[in-house]
Amino acid sequence: MTLFFNRRDLVVPGALLAEGDYELGENVYRIDDKIYATRVGLFELKDDKVSVIALNSFYVPRPGDVVIGDVVDVGVGSWAVDIRAPRLAILRAVDALGRPFRPDKDELTRFLTVGDTIIAKVKAYDRTRSPLLTLNEPGLGKVTSGRIVRITPSKVPRLIGRRGSMISMLKRETGCKIVIGMNGVVLVRCRSPEDEELLVEAIEKIERESHVEGLTDRVARMIRRRKGLGA
Amino acid sequence: MLIDDEGKRLDGRRPAELRPLHIEVDVLANADGSAYVEQGNTKVLAAVYGPKEIHPRHLGLPDRAVLRCRYHMAPFSVKQRKSPAPSRREIELSKVIREALEPALFLQQYPRTAIDVFIEVLQADGGTRCASITAAALALADAGIPMRDLVAACAAGKVDGVLVLDLTDMEDKYGEADVPLAMMPGLGKITLLQMDGMLTPTELKECIMLAIEGCRQIYAAQKEALRERFVRIRKEVEEAEAAEGGAEG
Repeated sequence: MTLFFNRRDLVVPGALLAEGDYELGENVYRIDDKIYATRVGLFELKDDKVSVIALNSFYVPRPGDVVIGDVVDVGVGSWAVDIRAPRLAILRAVDALGRPFRPDKDELTRFLTVGDTIIAKVKAYDRTRSPLLTLNEPGLGKVTSGRIVRITPSKVPRLIGRRGSMISMLKRETGCKIVIGMNGVVLVRCRSPEDEELLVEAIEKIERESHVEGLTDRVARMIRRRKGLGA
Repeated sequence: MLIDDEGKRLDGRRPAELRPLHIEVDVLANADGSAYVEQGNTKVLAAVYGPKEIHPRHLGLPDRAVLRCRYHMAPFSVKQRKSPAPSRREIELSKVIREALEPALFLQQYPRTAIDVFIEVLQADGGTRCASITAAALALADAGIPMRDLVAACAAGKVDGVLVLDLTDMEDKYGEADVPLAMMPGLGKITLLQMDGMLTPTELKECIMLAIEGCRQIYAAQKEALRERFVRIRKEVEEAEAAEGGAEG
């Protein structure tokens, strides 16, 4: 059992991370007993599990994820939604209306149309078919106000923080409402444009500096400093 | 006279020397991933999109993603304006480059999707297919597409009876042979090997060894280029912290 990197070291695809009887985490693969990285990211070891926290990635849907997407097409009994995944997601009419869909009476474009943004939950996805979405839960539905910020999906956990530390700090310090889509789309709703601007800047800072230690404190300091100057 | 009495080449290089290499990653905002490679006077830009929904739909494969590659030379990349329409050569090179990159990707993880690689040769001075592969591999990594290893590529050949590394356009045209090679250096696997010209079997073997050594050097530069942005941000943050701490103290 040998390790070739320390925790939080920057690695690139093809880097030999470890040799021996380790468990495989995210963004790694094995040839015989050698474990290699598949993405640019930070090396991580937890209880013999070797993984890489990706710094660049794209969204792969998982059932149960809350995502934010744009309606790009209206079909006969469903909508097509771009959730920044490799495939377009499908939102069937029953999953949006909360009752059986009656093609003779229900006009789909009256509920959602091309260009609308929605907060939805991934209902099912198995990699061979398009992901299915649902709106039949509290908190889901059409977005009517706010601003959208897009970040790399792999940085969503960093934006949330350990047990929500980062996100609750952001909400506390700016007084804004924040909805995070697991696909890296973030909806922010603030009372003033200044707060909104500051929050967007903070989120962009988190994305940019996610690989440098002490992030939560740094972002909190930045917000306080800016708020102090503004007052 | 491609090699002088002192054994130096037209640009003053030793036979086993690479041209000056300059690599940048994440140079285009609108692509999912991008990279720029300069190898001497050869300049190549690569951009990657995907994995994404494939259009038209019937082109999708049920068991894996489709890798699509376009190698294209800009009209101003050569001395005599090149027609921007894809030539026979460009179509062939697109295929060859695609096949050199495919082994590095986990295509079976993303069925019915497409990964698009666009390669634009801005300036050509020999070794464009190799520079293209080097750039495309970095653009793929920058797009966050999982890879077994980076792919590095480099040519070796024979000029004036001497085995040389990383041929320029002149050396390629007037030399005896050209052997482009692409590989995943970390895994020691070759993904592209071509030969044009005449070599004895021993010379070919030596050329391959020479090109592999070139790929290893390019591989090191690739890794450095991928890390550069993150190392720079880390440094900037640390410097800002130090300045802040100094101001408070």
